[in-house]
Amino acid sequence: MSGNRAAMLAKLAELDAELAKAVGGGGEKYVQRHRARGKLLARERIELLLDPGTAFLELSPLAGWGSEFPVGASVVTGIGVIEGVECLITANDPTVRGGASNPWTLRKSLRAADIALANRLPYVNLVESGGADLPTQKEIFIPGGRIFRDLTRLSAAGIPTIALVFGNSTAGGAYVPGMSDYVVMVKERAKVFLGGPPLVKMATGEESDDESLGGAEMHARTSGLADYLAADEHDALRIGRSIVRSLNWRKLGVAPGPVREPLNDAEGLLDLVPEDLRVPFDPREVIVRITDGSEFEEFKPLYGESLVTGWARVHGYAVGFLANARGVLFSEESQKATQFIQLANQSRTPLIFLQNTTGYMVGQEYEQGGIIKHGAMMINAVANSTVPHLTVVMGASYGAGNYGMCGRAYDPRFLFTWPSAKSAVMGPAQLAGVLSIVGRAAAQARGQVYDEEGDAAMRAMVEAQIEAESLPFFLSGRLYDDGVIDPRDTRTVLGLCLSAINSAPVPAPSGFGVFRP
Amino acid sequence: MITRLLVANRGEIARRVFRTCRELGISTVAVFSDADAGSPHVAEADQAVRLSGTAPAETYLAIPALLDACRTSGADAVHPGYGFLAESAAFAEAVLAEGLTWIGPGPEAIAAMGSKTEAKRLMAEAGAPVSATYLPGQQPPPEAFPLLVKAAAGGGGRGMRVVREPADLEREFASAAREALAAFGDGAVFAEPLLERARHVEVQVLADRHGTVWALGERDCSVQRRHQKVIEESPAPALAGGVRERLATAAREAARAIGYVGAGTLEFLVRGEDVAFLEMNTRLQVEHPVTELVHGVDLVRLQIEIAEGARLPAGPPPAAGHAIEARLYAEDRAYVPQTGTIHRFDLPGDVRVDSGVEPGSVVSPHYDPMLAKVVAHGASRTEALRKLTAALTGARLHGVPTNRDLLLDVLRNPDFVAARLHTSLIDETPATPARSPELAALAAALAITAAHRAAATVQPALPAHWRNVRSQPATTRFVTAEGGELEVVHHPLPPEVTVISATPERVVLERDRLRLGFDVARYGDLVHVDSPLGALRLTELPRLPEPVVHLAPGSLLAPMPGTVLRVEVHPGDRVGAGQAVVVLEAMKMEHRITAPAAGLVAEVAVEKGRHVQAGTVLAIITEGDAA
Repeated sequence: MSGNRAAMLAKLAELDAELAKAVGGGGEKYVQRHRARGKLLARERIELLLDPGTAFLELSPLAGWGSEFPVGASVVTGIGVIEGVECLITANDPTVRGGASNPWTLRKSLRAADIALANRLPYVNLVESGGADLPTQKEIFIPGGRIFRDLTRLSAAGIPTIALVFGNSTAGGAYVPGMSDYVVMVKERAKVFLGGPPLVKMATGEESDDESLGGAEMHARTSGLADYLAADEHDALRIGRSIVRSLNWRKLGVAPGPVREPLNDAEGLLDLVPEDLRVPFDPREVIVRITDGSEFEEFKPLYGESLVTGWARVHGYAVGFLANARGVLFSEESQKATQFIQLANQSRTPLIFLQNTTGYMVGQEYEQGGIIKHGAMMINAVANSTVPHLTVVMGASYGAGNYGMCGRAYDPRFLFTWPSAKSAVMGPAQLAGVLSIVGRAAAQARGQVYDEEGDAAMRAMVEAQIEAESLPFFLSGRLYDDGVIDPRDTRTVLGLCLSAINSAPVPAPSGFGVFRP
Repeated sequence: MITRLLVANRGEIARRVFRTCRELGISTVAVFSDADAGSPHVAEADQAVRLSGTAPAETYLAIPALLDACRTSGADAVHPGYGFLAESAAFAEAVLAEGLTWIGPGPEAIAAMGSKTEAKRLMAEAGAPVSATYLPGQQPPPEAFPLLVKAAAGGGGRGMRVVREPADLEREFASAAREALAAFGDGAVFAEPLLERARHVEVQVLADRHGTVWALGERDCSVQRRHQKVIEESPAPALAGGVRERLATAAREAARAIGYVGAGTLEFLVRGEDVAFLEMNTRLQVEHPVTELVHGVDLVRLQIEIAEGARLPAGPPPAAGHAIEARLYAEDRAYVPQTGTIHRFDLPGDVRVDSGVEPGSVVSPHYDPMLAKVVAHGASRTEALRKLTAALTGARLHGVPTNRDLLLDVLRNPDFVAARLHTSLIDETPATPARSPELAALAAALAITAAHRAAATVQPALPAHWRNVRSQPATTRFVTAEGGELEVVHHPLPPEVTVISATPERVVLERDRLRLGFDVARYGDLVHVDSPLGALRLTELPRLPEPVVHLAPGSLLAPMPGTVLRVEVHPGDRVGAGQAVVVLEAMKMEHRITAPAAGLVAEVAVEKGRHVQAGTVLAIITEGDAA
């Protein structure tokens, strides 16, 4: 086994361990209690909702990593196929503090709604939540209103919203079914009201009970909030599937062509990425393990060689690739990228960015050569490109290279990270070194003796901190990507995303901003 | 000369007779009940006449309707097949009275042999070996037990019972008489010594109108279940010295003595050198193909030619080789008939298949559940046995459960292989448990997944059941033919199993270096897996079954939302049909909710003033007589 492979497998084992935490939900005790009530777990509900044998791409599974809240943020979101329709599915995990929303739950849910809106995916909510995590309400209450706004905006955009209510959905949560196009409630389980019996008693003195205030039967027969009364959880899922079947859904994007598997084995990807990101690797070796028939038609291969551009197909969809070859982006690479992005926009071809960049070149020669202008051209092109973008962070993602290569702030439709990746304004050693040089200069300016010991300690501390904060789990935990994936799954993930993207129509072309001459 | 022949029968034997008619250039007429309207025998005939109704008494046993069918179709001859009216002297007489040709012996011979007691008497007179006969009221000596009680007019095992204790005899006579009366319209019964572990050997006879009588070899029909034959072969193997000749002579002489004409069969019990006449069947037997294959004759053709007055050659054609027939029934291991649609019915290899069904045929509960006869002929018994075993092993029988596994168990039973035949062989043959059903079920699940993937309209080429976060295995649940539930995990695969290939129709798996191919066929939720491990019939369980509403039988439901105005009964009351139970007020109208039938009020679930939803249970009325 190569050293690269061993290192990657070790990181994948760590990833599996973190994902297992998310799957474990609130822990064995709460899972048992949930089951003892005859209820299905969030992921069990999703599995039964999906078409048998189809894929499910969980989004933001590490949300909340490194925070005070459990990994996964007490909600499951992802893209799956129901009755042949690609849907955005979200499911509260009631084993985690009753499915209560914390600030990470909110960010994860909002990201899911963004994906549904951008890609025109019907939105299916499997609801069972105790409401907001009250101690952190200040982080949730005001921004949390977006949840309901998003639901109705999805509907306004012609994207169906479906709520299957399995349990509590009270107070603000009541507006999730309230704002949905279709509502299914499980008999004797769903509980949907603005105020429960104690609150009603305090407010008006009225004596009431859960069933009369918000039971499924009441909502199905009296209030009309529930469109369907489900006999049990399985029945709710069955009804949910039949609702999706009756949507008469049609994808509006391009249909994929015939699919050919790559000739090169995806296993090889584990051997490819050096443990030390300072060692470059050839992204063509990645591309031929992703593309149909391992075919790749390289564009401008002799110019700006540290950025590889070219055309290929992934799962039958035509795509353009931009992949860093030797880390640094020079003026030539920037201009090549700008041209390539424009060409892709002309042919309405989605772009896939494979990041492994240390940023734009610095130094007198390059500044004088206009690296800022050329980098700006590339960022301009990325920012104003209207074809869908997909980004995979394979290795380094430092500095403005993160922007030019369509980092999170540039709204790629999806962004995934390999366990080998690191993202930061610059490398930890560089950043610590810069701080040290600046500190030394300040000391000299004040005529003081520079504390070398303190400097070494400071550098070690800063380096450790930046290293930790540039790692994938940390960034994924903060929703800066849509998930950390096994490199061997890259083709599958991209294929699934390309299919989801084409649920929406191909976006109309638009003009570019002014390129600095 | 016969020009148009009506077969007063259905299924396999009707098709068998039509085949010969086609070869002879005789036009064919089928008759069919309502239940058989879509049957192959109807489609194959040149003409078909509908017999309104489904019950045998209205259709295949209705002599006036059958004669009417002859007139309607212009048939000039009637072949009765076997079963139904094949041994009805009245039907033979009626056909002859119509001026039509009857393919079979005359009514007198049928009548004479129709009573087993009378037949035994005649045979004894003709010098055939005959066992003792005891009639109700007679006291058999204790050493005569065990006895077999039979219906004098019966056949097919109905009315038969074994009596081991003298004290039970009268009771069993009475019960057999009741059953015989119901089945045959004749309650006459008798008893004869039961020869346990004996063999059932019969002789085919064929006689023309000119005095020539053939004994056309014998058949061993010992392999029986519930006194019905399952596997037959010719010649009867391993008979004690001289028995074969004694049987042939007895049969030929008896047929000659009673002036028999046509095809008939004399049945004997044989144990060692002991031989006892049982009965004579005055018709074509189900198992006639083994004789045809061994002697190279067409018995139906000979029947027709004899009826036309032709002469038989002086001596029968010699026997060549060995033939074995297995009867495929739609029945489970407990011999309970099974019904449903046949989806596939393939029997490969060098065998003759006389079948009454084809893909698409519906096996109804109204008639005999025999689907087909599979007959193999070889130079030796071993060769015939191998061919038959191979055909049944490779058969693709989809849709209705069959007795194929039972047949294979018998054919592989060392006693059968060694020709140690007796009538208890089936009961002593253990059922072979299904080999690795979990592996076959795994193949079924993988084929189902492949079918789902092949039918996918989006993401068609994504790996099956791909997950970036794995939370639980993918499973499929089946119900086996025996009724047990089988759940297989197909993703991830069990570590010892490797999938070599998987398509909706075929899955190749490797386990412990053993590579096996599984052919999978799906019909709705019914899944058949055929492989070298055997055939498995599974029913896929739905992942999301529709909820079952558990309503107590006899529940009276509110037809619409309303308020209970009055409750007219109390628990424990007896009510008559139509009696008001609850009065509801809804939409300003009174609605009387009445008992649908007489019964007992088991429960009153509502009270006056209660608002009820549509579908609310108001009361439960259990079955019973009104006071």
